[in-house]
Amino acid sequence: MGCSSKEEIENVYTPVQVSLKIPEIFQQKLIAPIIPTNNPLTEEGIALGKKLFFDPILSKDNTQSCASCHNPKKAFTNNTRFSEGVDGKLGTRNSMPLFNLAWNFDERFMWDGKDFSIEHQAFSPVRNPIEMHSNWKNVAEKLQEHTEYPTLFQQAFGTSKIDSTHVTKAIAQFERTLISGSSKFDQYLLGKTELTPEELNGFNVFMDEARGDCFHCHGSDNNPLWTDNQFHNNGLDETFNDLGLGAVTGDPNDNGKFKSPSLRNLAFTAPYMHDGRFTTLDEVINHYSEGLKQSLTIDPLMKKVNQGGVQLSDKDKADLKTFLLSLSDNNFINNPDFQQ
Amino acid sequence: MKKIILSIFSLVILSCSSDNDEPIKEISVKLKFTQNWDGTIIERSDLENTEFTNKTGSKLTISRLRYLISRVSLVNGASDTTKFDSYKLVDINKPDNLTLALPEKISEGSYKLLFTFGFIDKDNISSAYTDLNSVDWNVPDMMGGGYHFMQLDGQYKDTLGIKNPYNFHAVRAYNSEKDSIFDTSISIETGSILLKNNATIEIKMNAAGWFKSPNDWNLNEKSVDLMGDFEAQKDISENGKSGVFSLGTITQ
Repeated sequence: MGCSSKEEIENVYTPVQVSLKIPEIFQQKLIAPIIPTNNPLTEEGIALGKKLFFDPILSKDNTQSCASCHNPKKAFTNNTRFSEGVDGKLGTRNSMPLFNLAWNFDERFMWDGKDFSIEHQAFSPVRNPIEMHSNWKNVAEKLQEHTEYPTLFQQAFGTSKIDSTHVTKAIAQFERTLISGSSKFDQYLLGKTELTPEELNGFNVFMDEARGDCFHCHGSDNNPLWTDNQFHNNGLDETFNDLGLGAVTGDPNDNGKFKSPSLRNLAFTAPYMHDGRFTTLDEVINHYSEGLKQSLTIDPLMKKVNQGGVQLSDKDKADLKTFLLSLSDNNFINNPDFQQ
Repeated sequence: MKKIILSIFSLVILSCSSDNDEPIKEISVKLKFTQNWDGTIIERSDLENTEFTNKTGSKLTISRLRYLISRVSLVNGASDTTKFDSYKLVDINKPDNLTLALPEKISEGSYKLLFTFGFIDKDNISSAYTDLNSVDWNVPDMMGGGYHFMQLDGQYKDTLGIKNPYNFHAVRAYNSEKDSIFDTSISIETGSILLKNNATIEIKMNAAGWFKSPNDWNLNEKSVDLMGDFEAQKDISENGKSGVFSLGTITQ
């Protein structure tokens, strides 16, 4: 009876395909998100991915899940400079927030772009010795012996045999649903709310080439991702302890380059930069205003590097910060679909 | 009316001649965009590596080079124009994506190739093109809106030999005080091209040309914050009209 029931499920169960809920402002401004043809979104796949995301079973000693470093209430990052792995070791990079990943059109993930595709990225933390420090064979065995997972994989992927490919596909499906497009500024762009004079001036500072000139790397009202998803040396250091993209490509011209993070949800994602060196947004703004450092690979868009930065007035700094905070999305961090 | 009569006459001629000649072939055309510095090819590997010297003697490197081509059309000997609606964002950092396949086939024959650098005002509508929005190609409304025509970024050495950034960005000229715009897109027309088979037409862009003739460009004087500089944009456009773009090899 058990066998025939399983066979029946294998033969007849078809996962229910779903489409992403694309925010209105994204529909107006952006091209379609990237959904790989070999991993279409399904209700079962997303549900399985969510369960895996919050399950510490993926780690060596069952103590850490993806959510340990990617907390929904913190826009899927955490508030520590570096994250502690299962062995108590600290990483060297700040945990990246997770949202709008399906709109990363070049599909290069992580601060240094080392992983192509969300699926591929999801392989890394499980076996990383300073993160979950497990291996995929053990994880697959644990999941296989679990009372629920074989059935869930069967429902999502048509096979109860669990392997890393299907685990990462499921997690990637869930991560693609993490969409943030409902900030105050989004509502403003849709004509549903007004900005304060301070927020409006802050937006103008952001967009003005002769003041903040933030838009060349960090999107705009016409690119509401608020990132170009490209790699830049933004003048943090004169020499590099962490080569960033350069360590991935082997090209010295890429040394010190890191991915531009989205400026959405900054209210929840401190500390800032790839190494979490800045505790507050004020420190970040001060960096671009007066703290830039010259180096061999400095991005030319850091155009005032030889003067230390763009030299914003106190008023413009304060208003810029106010505008940046208007990009934070409380609906996203409180979305029940994204909570454990 | 004259045009209709001429067309009918042409049809009759073509119909008659087809009894004796080979049928007219329909061919596909691709444009291949290459970049050079006064004839020396610029490739991705040159980015941030190769030092060039501009007309006024500044040594510079290039970190980023993207530019927009639109309104491609082919005009045959009878002045019949085939227009192609597509546009192309050329990014030297993406060497696998430096061609534009024209979406319709044309009849073999002799043509002039026309295209526009940037967008003419009619096409240069803020937020209108989602693919360009998605790669941050927009121009803020406070600087006239629409889209960039070119981003040429890099470092130059000033008179003391110190490295400085330059952001040579071409956009529609906008006078914020008068709230007036000036169309700085550039219409380019090549010489006659004889197309007999499926063809790839090379369009050469001489990056050095942006810095000379008629306006020899001194980066020590103007190197950044050019987007909102009305006069700078007109100067860039004038330089672009004097031989920056040219016809290269035709492979068929």
